[in-house]
Amino acid sequence: MAGLTMAHKVLAARSGRDHVRPGQLVVTDVDLIVMADTVFNPTADRMPTDLLRVSHPERVVVLMDHAVPAPSIKAATAHRRAREHAERLGFRRLADVGKGGIEHQLIFEECLALPGQLVASNDSHTSAAGVLNCAARGLGMADIIQLVCTGKTWYKVSPTVRFHLTGALPFGVYGKDVFLHLAEVFGSQEGHDVEFAGPGIEAMPLDDRATLATMCTELNANFVMMPADRLVREHVASVTGAPYEPVVSDPDAEYAAEHTVDLSAIRPRIALPDAMNGNVRSADEVAGQRVRIDQAFIGSCANGKLSDLRIAAEIVRGRRVADGVRLIVTPGSQSIYLDAVRLGYIEALASAGALVTNSTCGACAGGHLGVLAPGEVCITSSTRNFKGRMGSADARIYMGSSATVAASALEGCITDPMPYLRELQNREAAG
Amino acid sequence: MTAVAGRSWVIADSYVNTDAIMPHAGYDLPPKEQEAMVLATVRPGWATRVGPGDLLVAGRAFGTGSSRPAPTMLRRLGIAALVAESVGEIFFRNCVSYALPVLECPGVLAAVTEGDVVAVDIETGGFENRSTGVRLSGEPMPAMLRETIAAGGTHALLRAEGYM
Repeated sequence: MAGLTMAHKVLAARSGRDHVRPGQLVVTDVDLIVMADTVFNPTADRMPTDLLRVSHPERVVVLMDHAVPAPSIKAATAHRRAREHAERLGFRRLADVGKGGIEHQLIFEECLALPGQLVASNDSHTSAAGVLNCAARGLGMADIIQLVCTGKTWYKVSPTVRFHLTGALPFGVYGKDVFLHLAEVFGSQEGHDVEFAGPGIEAMPLDDRATLATMCTELNANFVMMPADRLVREHVASVTGAPYEPVVSDPDAEYAAEHTVDLSAIRPRIALPDAMNGNVRSADEVAGQRVRIDQAFIGSCANGKLSDLRIAAEIVRGRRVADGVRLIVTPGSQSIYLDAVRLGYIEALASAGALVTNSTCGACAGGHLGVLAPGEVCITSSTRNFKGRMGSADARIYMGSSATVAASALEGCITDPMPYLRELQNREAAG
Repeated sequence: MTAVAGRSWVIADSYVNTDAIMPHAGYDLPPKEQEAMVLATVRPGWATRVGPGDLLVAGRAFGTGSSRPAPTMLRRLGIAALVAESVGEIFFRNCVSYALPVLECPGVLAAVTEGDVVAVDIETGGFENRSTGVRLSGEPMPAMLRETIAAGGTHALLRAEGYM
């Protein structure tokens, strides 16, 4: 019998089996269940009536991120229901407005799940927790409600595609660019788990790994697994002393495909509007077209990290966002917001004419805080460039790294960030 | 379970995402206006022509993207079953949860001209084009998931079991 991949080990453990194989349907319990505010919208397709009893309240975290602070009476009602449920049913944690952030950032920051654990939530970017060596993926809202009630859910076991990363990120290249490179070269991985291995992943900073794990949802991947290496273990140890058991793939585990990717050969990339897979160009090529923009957005579970705010702040420091352009920056969590205040990033951004919002999904999901009008053009470092994603279906959304977005906001058109980054490097070298 | 049969509509594009099926811009609109937006960016005007009992035949990875309960929009239009080359994983789960019979059936696009009467049986995985007589085999749905659909979806099950 073939060995097991990381994700298969987690599924086997949580379903009480020695072994699982692709195609099997397994029923499992889950270590962490996250309910976002959207679940509590009082509509027939969300949580139509209140929950009366639940299975393992200590496994459930309720958090407000999609519509924060409430932009409508409907959202405010959902928030009130969320608080009521968390209190009445004794859930593990309520990450309320101002005391949390975007789900996937918060799971990482607070180690709400630990290496080797199984994580479920009603948000499609839950694969983000793969950075912590968690088997995590998004389910539907009804699945999550069922999990909270009964303690059980089901998974169809997927075959796995492994990316073996070598080299290291070149200067000015980020986790977002790695994702865009994979989307360009390998495209959709639908029906598969994705696993990262090799010296390249261990050489990558955690923020970039987290971006990559989050964005693999856009490769249509299911579970996205990364190793619990020294950096991950140190991060966990800085947050909690709780014991955990990381998972490692067996040497004889079977893969549907294995690809080697040399990180050192990757350059800044940009996805063109409406799709990511197979729809990516080099940043300098797109920059050559001088595409004018109306909005530039830095944020979301993928790229609202402190490192995103840092690079954006350093690029715009002492400059001005171009006339006619709105630069919107949304920190991924309250703690990132606070760190960015302390480090002066928010002052640099605001002085340049950027609008820094509270932590929320906000503009990424097209709900509030930066919705696009018909005909507008946006460049974003958030999670999706689908038609209609950020507002009007007649808006056009390009996607790049936060450095690319910040540089573009200054120029008023889509720009290769490299000249700005080199100048920064020279300035830092000069001391 | 017996087969579900009806007039077919074909959305052949690959990777049709849930932002297209259930746009955020429609969330707070009156029901009729929200329903008119279903797949409007892929096929303008389609949503107003669909009738109760029609089946949707779709392409590869239909319903990829966000976890929003987009199958509810197809049900509200009257779609009685979905058969696709393949279905996005969360969307597939949502079809089960919101009681929309769904069949993954490679080769189905080539076997259907829009308007043909088609039938799907999620228990056997069988697909039949009753206008042409062509039959295909898709992926049978495990009993546990079929029972959720038969019960009217996850919320109905949880109510029956006293959870909500």
